[in-house]
Amino acid sequence: MLLRGLFNQSNEIQFFRFSNLLSYISLGAIGISIILFSVLGLNYGIDFRGGTMFMVSTPEKIMVSNIRYTLSSSNLGDISISQATNPLETLSAGALLNSDNIFIIKVEKTEGINVETRVKSLLQNSVPNIKFLQIESVGSKVSSELVRNGMLAVFFAVASVLIYIWLRFEWQFALGAVLALIHDVILTIGIFSILRYEFNLSIVAALLTIIGYSLNDTVVVFDRVRENLRNFKSLPLLKVLNMSINNTFSRTIMTSVTTLLALGALYLLGGDVIRGFTFAMIWGVLVGTYSSIFVAAKILLMLDVKRNWDEKDSKAGTQF
Amino acid sequence: MPTLSFFRIFLITLTCLFAFLFASPNFFYGTVDKKLDDPSNSSSWPNFMPSTLVKLGLDLRGGVYMLLEVKTDDVIREKFDFLWTDVRSSLIKKRKELGAIRRIDTSGDQLQIQIGNPESVNLAKIEIEKFNSSTELFSSRWSGSVTRDVLEISSAENVVLISFSEEQKIALEKQVIDQSLEIIRRRVDETGTREPTIQKQGRKRVLVQVPGLGSSEELIALLGKTAKLTFNEVVAVDTNSNFPTKLDEIVVGSEQNNGLFFLLKKRPVVSGEGLTNAQPSFDENGLPAVSFNFNPSAALKFGNYTKDNIGSPFAIVLDDVVISAPTIRSHIAGGSGIITGSFSVEESNRLAILLRSGALPAEIEVLELRTIGPELGRDSINAGKLAAIVGGVLVLIFMWLSYGLFGIFANIALIFNIILVMALLSILGATLTLPGIAGIVLTIGMAVDANVLVFERIKEEINRNSSVYNSVKTGYEKALSSIVDANVTTMIAAVILFFFGSGPIKGFSVTLGLGIITSLFSALLVTRLFIDLYMLFYKPKVLRV
Repeated sequence: MLLRGLFNQSNEIQFFRFSNLLSYISLGAIGISIILFSVLGLNYGIDFRGGTMFMVSTPEKIMVSNIRYTLSSSNLGDISISQATNPLETLSAGALLNSDNIFIIKVEKTEGINVETRVKSLLQNSVPNIKFLQIESVGSKVSSELVRNGMLAVFFAVASVLIYIWLRFEWQFALGAVLALIHDVILTIGIFSILRYEFNLSIVAALLTIIGYSLNDTVVVFDRVRENLRNFKSLPLLKVLNMSINNTFSRTIMTSVTTLLALGALYLLGGDVIRGFTFAMIWGVLVGTYSSIFVAAKILLMLDVKRNWDEKDSKAGTQF
Repeated sequence: MPTLSFFRIFLITLTCLFAFLFASPNFFYGTVDKKLDDPSNSSSWPNFMPSTLVKLGLDLRGGVYMLLEVKTDDVIREKFDFLWTDVRSSLIKKRKELGAIRRIDTSGDQLQIQIGNPESVNLAKIEIEKFNSSTELFSSRWSGSVTRDVLEISSAENVVLISFSEEQKIALEKQVIDQSLEIIRRRVDETGTREPTIQKQGRKRVLVQVPGLGSSEELIALLGKTAKLTFNEVVAVDTNSNFPTKLDEIVVGSEQNNGLFFLLKKRPVVSGEGLTNAQPSFDENGLPAVSFNFNPSAALKFGNYTKDNIGSPFAIVLDDVVISAPTIRSHIAGGSGIITGSFSVEESNRLAILLRSGALPAEIEVLELRTIGPELGRDSINAGKLAAIVGGVLVLIFMWLSYGLFGIFANIALIFNIILVMALLSILGATLTLPGIAGIVLTIGMAVDANVLVFERIKEEINRNSSVYNSVKTGYEKALSSIVDANVTTMIAAVILFFFGSGPIKGFSVTLGLGIITSLFSALLVTRLFIDLYMLFYKPKVLRV
């Protein structure tokens, strides 16, 4: 077929040729992400910040400033208004909403129902036929719980992965995999800091899926490393690692491409509601694929692995 | 040559058939939905077919999602208020020995009573101890069996400290929540909305989900009211709220006449718990009103009270506001009455619902409120469907281009995989949300991973010049370890998401988790079956993977 033989396995790629340089780039990217996060912060959605969000559609074109003016007298605290309609929207299957102008209005205060009725009546008076597509209101009590649960979830995911890989492999593998995960999570937070995409509950879900995916990739490489370490006992670790990455490389590319195809369709056609989520996933797949080779394997190389994988000692990793 | 046991083919075929059968109603969603609404209409969907549909989440069908917290602390405080009036009147009889009696702390979860003569603290404790056996604290409505001591009584110098035992507090909390849950359910049901879900969450919270509701305002108006109805004795009326208030009295504003304040006896003559029925009706002037009936014991109390107090006013208090204060004209014996106020027809209707379903034992606070309009839901379904189809087709084409015939085997398994996920969702009654659709699309991309791992291994074996049969066999064997590791790790993420996620996110973890299981099944068993059949019947000399 067309793509067959695209990845010729006899042609070995030297993955570690520029690995030192890439390590510095990774470290730099992590540093920049942390700086971006601490300077700019994340654009938290109301899930984490508390407040009320209105998604409205208007039959005729109106300006963001019109809405701002209407609500300015209401004394509702910090109000942010953005237009959700973008050129990609025309590709979306949601024919119903295409002709409309869609706005997202976020109001800082909640105080239960009062905000909702107030904003509703103000907007209905000034923009007749305005439609309220979605209204979400999260109190501060719940939002702080959601923040806590989100952080706990990411923490538990990383911790349980650490334990799983430690049980299945050696501690060096576990450390490499987990550092790769932390690399992915930090870079994702960094890109969200700079692009100002809304960071909400679904992004935390995306982070966890990225952790799952990145790990998936790393584990496949490690699995092959373990196998090759047993088969080529005298080969230097660098060569074993490079061989293993080459062995699994076509699989890595295949799976990344199929996943990206599905995610790309979701990003372009899945509608505004999950665009942030799919963006995080696409980014995660790219970063995760990179990190499983250039972070996880590199760390394995730096830590050096015990080489006497005798059959007797093989209880160190449960085998299938 | 591969061995093909009849059992293996039979099992896989059977699973496929079941999956098709249970997933099929979802492809005719509208028709089956109509049939579920009207079971007699057999022409639309055949009776022998299963009619289990994937439950759509609120983000897809529109509706209101509401997280409430029941303020149980208020109930405990109120119990102390009642206890204090009782304890006080009992202690006052021993005033000579005890000296002045004063309640010094009204907040928190303790009742603190200061005694004038410190040496008589023990006497006071003995008096209060008598209330431990009093079931009055928990009226019949609470139905909790009081077997152990309810109160914990201790003292420090001249102060007696009374609190509920931890056990009792938990029991009380649970009763309050269960009762609230029941009342919320009745109130929501009375609005006639379709399939509301009302669940307890954690210790004090209630999650209400009402699909198909476009606005939360009516629901809040209905749920937000505690609907605590009491009939109280009126001590004084004035336009000024500065009454000289005694301990057992309370100042309450009026709903009707602005600026009018009532001084009432704190303990009601009769409370709303004594109501057996309430209906919207009209008063003698043709204005909307609510008529009600008392149960026998409340009717007796109310009858006696009206007999003794002809000519004086009494107050009907709803949620700490006097809604009307008629003067008793005659002895009301029948146990029925009418509440007049400045109601609109809708208000009298709502009040009747509230009174009928009973008062909420405690106030509720709305913590989280999400309303999704039906248009947005429909839009999300369409967008999700399109994305799933386009993404799926792209993956199918890519697999075919990459692996040829083996790619087609994997593709058939992939299609089957999606059908299996749909079938499992229907059977398990899991809810499909928009992130859930994303989960399915993501599984499409990741499901082929197991096959890719196997195919790449087979390729390697072929390059090593193994025989056709051995390449396939070793390919599957060697790939298994990676497949297991790769899927376990993703499963860990899915499980953690399930426990920490809420609402739509939970839906994502469900489809992701199910997708992992089904993709293993379809990649390892279904694709393998195709490959084995192919090798058995075509006996290829060379494998082109």
